[in-house]
Amino acid sequence: MEFIYYFGEVFTPVSMLLLIGGTIGGLILGATPGLSPTMAVALLIPFTFHLTAVHGLILLGAAYTSTVAGGAVSAILLKIPGAPANIATTLDGHTMAQKGDGAKALQLSFISSLIGGVFGVILLIFLTPVLAQWALAFGPSHLFWLAILGVTVIGSLDSNSVVKGLLSGCIGMWLATIGFDDMLGVKRFVFHPSLGGGVNIIPALIGLFAIPQVITMFAKGRFDTSVEQIKVKKHPIGAAIKEVLSRKIALVVGTITGSIIGLIPGVGGQIAGLVAYDQARKFSPERTKFGTGHSEGIIAAEAANNAMVGPSLVPLLTLSIPGSPTAAVLLGGLLIHGIFPGTDLFENHPDVVWPFINSMLIGQVLMCIFGIYIASFAARVSQVPQSVMAATVLGLAVFGSYAVQQSMGDVYVMAVLGCMMYFLERFGFTAAPLVLGLILGPIAESNFVQGSMIANAQNGAFTYFFTGGLNMLLIAVAVVSIAYSAWSELSTREDA
Amino acid sequence: MNYLQHRISSGVIAVIAIWVCWISYTQKPAEAFLFPRVIATIFMTLAICTFIKALLGRTKTGNGLSLQAAKNMAPGIVIAVIYIFWAAKALGFYVSGTIAFFMLLSFYDPASNNEPKTWIKRVIITVGFITIMYALFALVLQVYTPRGMFI
Repeated sequence: MEFIYYFGEVFTPVSMLLLIGGTIGGLILGATPGLSPTMAVALLIPFTFHLTAVHGLILLGAAYTSTVAGGAVSAILLKIPGAPANIATTLDGHTMAQKGDGAKALQLSFISSLIGGVFGVILLIFLTPVLAQWALAFGPSHLFWLAILGVTVIGSLDSNSVVKGLLSGCIGMWLATIGFDDMLGVKRFVFHPSLGGGVNIIPALIGLFAIPQVITMFAKGRFDTSVEQIKVKKHPIGAAIKEVLSRKIALVVGTITGSIIGLIPGVGGQIAGLVAYDQARKFSPERTKFGTGHSEGIIAAEAANNAMVGPSLVPLLTLSIPGSPTAAVLLGGLLIHGIFPGTDLFENHPDVVWPFINSMLIGQVLMCIFGIYIASFAARVSQVPQSVMAATVLGLAVFGSYAVQQSMGDVYVMAVLGCMMYFLERFGFTAAPLVLGLILGPIAESNFVQGSMIANAQNGAFTYFFTGGLNMLLIAVAVVSIAYSAWSELSTREDA
Repeated sequence: MNYLQHRISSGVIAVIAIWVCWISYTQKPAEAFLFPRVIATIFMTLAICTFIKALLGRTKTGNGLSLQAAKNMAPGIVIAVIYIFWAAKALGFYVSGTIAFFMLLSFYDPASNNEPKTWIKRVIITVGFITIMYALFALVLQVYTPRGMFI
């Protein structure tokens, strides 16, 4: 119950201001098609650089929570999911809105997001310290395998091609070795003076997530973005609460499915909504109504999306393995403040971690309140033309990358990595494993070097890295995740 | 599925991977390149696998790049490259940012270029954007950005 002592930090004026600002900004960004939660959080990281660790994380946590929920606004009113996580919401949400119940659909979406989200954060509060205690037994070899596991799991599960996912992870790990070697101070792969200090995480994150989106908008050319927007008529909030609570099956299935998917490293919210929607339909006595503007479809999908947020941080905070691509970006946010997730996080930084987690709990409530009240405004913002969006994101990316170290080198790194990522995406690669390789690369290397030293003094590298229960377990999980993804990939092709 | 594009792209990645591997194994001292060697070896193996798959026409993911998309993005990329790699430093962040923003808006805005109203709207949006950027970065965060020839 240690977390209760740190609630006071969330209610300070600065924290509340950041929480409210992050929530409202996140809802608007989430409602904007093309701005995914991952990209929104990546663009926000440079601003947190000027804040204290706890305030920076509160802002990022609020943005993460509310962008996921905000994506439902454009999914319901415009039939354009604000983020991939909201695809399932369009199925019944937009149909309900077309029938004239747009306000009801939005209310159902935000209330179920709140319930799912609160459950997810409660899981985060109670599971994280338990896992962190367990992680105290980890030595360099285990931490090395954990870093490798993080890259392989997200590389194999977050990508449509296992080989390309793993290759992305390798590219990220190689990029992490650029710069000066920590042990001997030797230059490695420094092809340009801009790379002397290595690849800074923040410009890399901005480039890898924001620039491909900008180029994608350019690639669409001059086109009319006017989309038919459905007018929102008033609907009593009490009736919406009653409706959500009466649809117990959808709510429970959505919340539990989202929480479980969030706990699995690398899977993320993209599939949480769709899996929950499918499961809720199977369990529902009114399954034939799904897809016709049925409230259970919205409730299951949105409860799952937000229930995923909290649990996706459990493996991140304890084992440094993010549960979703956005959690991977949050890992970058933690590292720039000198906070290393893992075994001793709750012992060394309880004053940062607990207010951050508590703020996510309060953030869920704020997300619901503001979401319902600014939904129609957010829908108008979501109609901002792609030309304005592309130019704005590019400008923010340049200013944000420069602001980190006041270095043009970072801006060049951001631009080059962003262009590279756009072309890699066109050929089936994804950014998440690459980012994870970049973030976990130094952790893997330092533990690999430490482990090698210990191994030389003991029974050799093979015995040190490849024997022992925990080593074998971590290797087995990595192998199983790769094998499972390869099997799924092959079976999907056979079906097609 | 554009197999030629896949072959070229995976070929380029394979060449980069071989080059990284070669550097890792030839640079001294070897102790500093121990971890890069492990990564580079896996990188090269996976890149060659991807290249072989592409050569055999077994690539299933990624749609490649269409000619129309390339034509559409060309002006944007040219503006962005000039902005980032030359103008930001030579003209200063705010001046170059204003010009780049306005040019991108003008190129990609679907509204008619013949109406004065459209141009006024674009100017207002550009001024609004750069004012927010200035307020945020120069006043709030106090980031000193290059001023170029306007020092």
